[in-house]
Amino acid sequence: MRALDLDYMLGLVPVLLGYVPLTLFMAGAAMVAALILASLMAVERVVRVPGLDWLVILFISFFRGTPLLVQLFLFYYGLPQVVSFLTQINGVTAAIMGLTLHFSAYMAESIRAAIAGVDRSQWEAAQSVGMTQLQMMRRIILPQATRIAAPTLVNYFIDMIKGTSLAFTLGVTEMMGAAQKEAAGSFLYFEAFLVVAVLYWILVEALNQGQKRLETFLNKAYAR
Amino acid sequence: MISVTGLTKRFDGAPVLDRIDLRIAEGERVVVIGPSGTGKSTLLRCLNFLDRPQEGTIRIGDLVVDAARASKADILALRRRTAFVFQNYALFANKTAQENIMEALITVQGRDRAEAAARAREVLAETGLQDKADSYPAALSGGQQQRVGIGRAMAIGAALMLFDEPTSALDPEWVGEVLTLIRRVAERRQTMLIVTHEMQFAREIADRIVFMDGGRIVEQGPPADLLDAPRDARLKRFLSRVA
Repeated sequence: MRALDLDYMLGLVPVLLGYVPLTLFMAGAAMVAALILASLMAVERVVRVPGLDWLVILFISFFRGTPLLVQLFLFYYGLPQVVSFLTQINGVTAAIMGLTLHFSAYMAESIRAAIAGVDRSQWEAAQSVGMTQLQMMRRIILPQATRIAAPTLVNYFIDMIKGTSLAFTLGVTEMMGAAQKEAAGSFLYFEAFLVVAVLYWILVEALNQGQKRLETFLNKAYAR
Repeated sequence: MISVTGLTKRFDGAPVLDRIDLRIAEGERVVVIGPSGTGKSTLLRCLNFLDRPQEGTIRIGDLVVDAARASKADILALRRRTAFVFQNYALFANKTAQENIMEALITVQGRDRAEAAARAREVLAETGLQDKADSYPAALSGGQQQRVGIGRAMAIGAALMLFDEPTSALDPEWVGEVLTLIRRVAERRQTMLIVTHEMQFAREIADRIVFMDGGRIVEQGPPADLLDAPRDARLKRFLSRVA
């Protein structure tokens, strides 16, 4: 048992904080892309486009059924050997792509369930006035499904933030990668990884506060 | 002129509507009565294609929809001409009272926001809810929600307004204000088809009452004839129970 090197840890904080923007950028970009992709897949699962349905089912099944790390390796190290234009892709882009595909599969299922959770009367009211499927989805159903799905989606975003640490395995120096490099130089592994753990923790807690505000905002229309 | 010919709706093979023929003149106010489960609501829902009838023809003005062959475009066209008032109000939960009324004006009629908002405020004033324009449905009483629901249907300017038991889900204290609003709409000779269990209201408002039983129209006529001198035995029995 030895004492923690607190000075070293304090000194590491500003260094690792410098990587927070990259972490947030990767998670944020993947979240936006995954939300779009997941919404499209969820809507497809609800309206059942012939010829597309099996593709979406297969996609969701594969990306939920295999580990994120395996998917990242498959994209970054594997695919470029087969598909030539992918050799240009850097680790950050590959990580964003991997996170997007992986989490969109989960999010599609949450959004689909949320769409199914919108009261039948809302569909009927929209249909009765002659709105098209697309108008109904965009203006009535999806906004209400968003409220239902929001807590789950924020959870996936939290998972994504933590998932960005895997980009380190693709050679990206992000927060985890930087901590690893620092530790390799100082041999203070426990200190370095403890600091990085606490930083992720604080980041996620900050998001939880954001989630509360988001829910208050989304519940605005439902206050009695 | 609105006419329905041979309208048939089967759920799992069992006919709920059995070759319904019905003609409604412009400005006519028709009330449908009958025991529950006899297809009254299904008739209304089929006229708006919320339930899809298997057979029959619906004619509204120059629009003719053959149920067996109705395309998406036919269905949308029919819905644009028939405004539906739901038993459970079915206001868009994510939109304010005013936005509920504006919604179809923007999406279906293609009006711009300002014009739709102006029309919605007019309608809200008619429903007596101008001070609730920015309230969401969850913050309104049942009676207020249904008045917005009726306003939403009024704003469209539909050829036919369909009321599906508009007061059945309301607490008794709210029934009066909703019936008053429907009366006001009726006074303008808006063509309407109303399913209701409020017999006194039916007598006041209807040009004609239609009695349905077992998916068919059994008897119809002016309120005085139908309610005071019923001929059909089933109608007599029904009236003796509800009176």
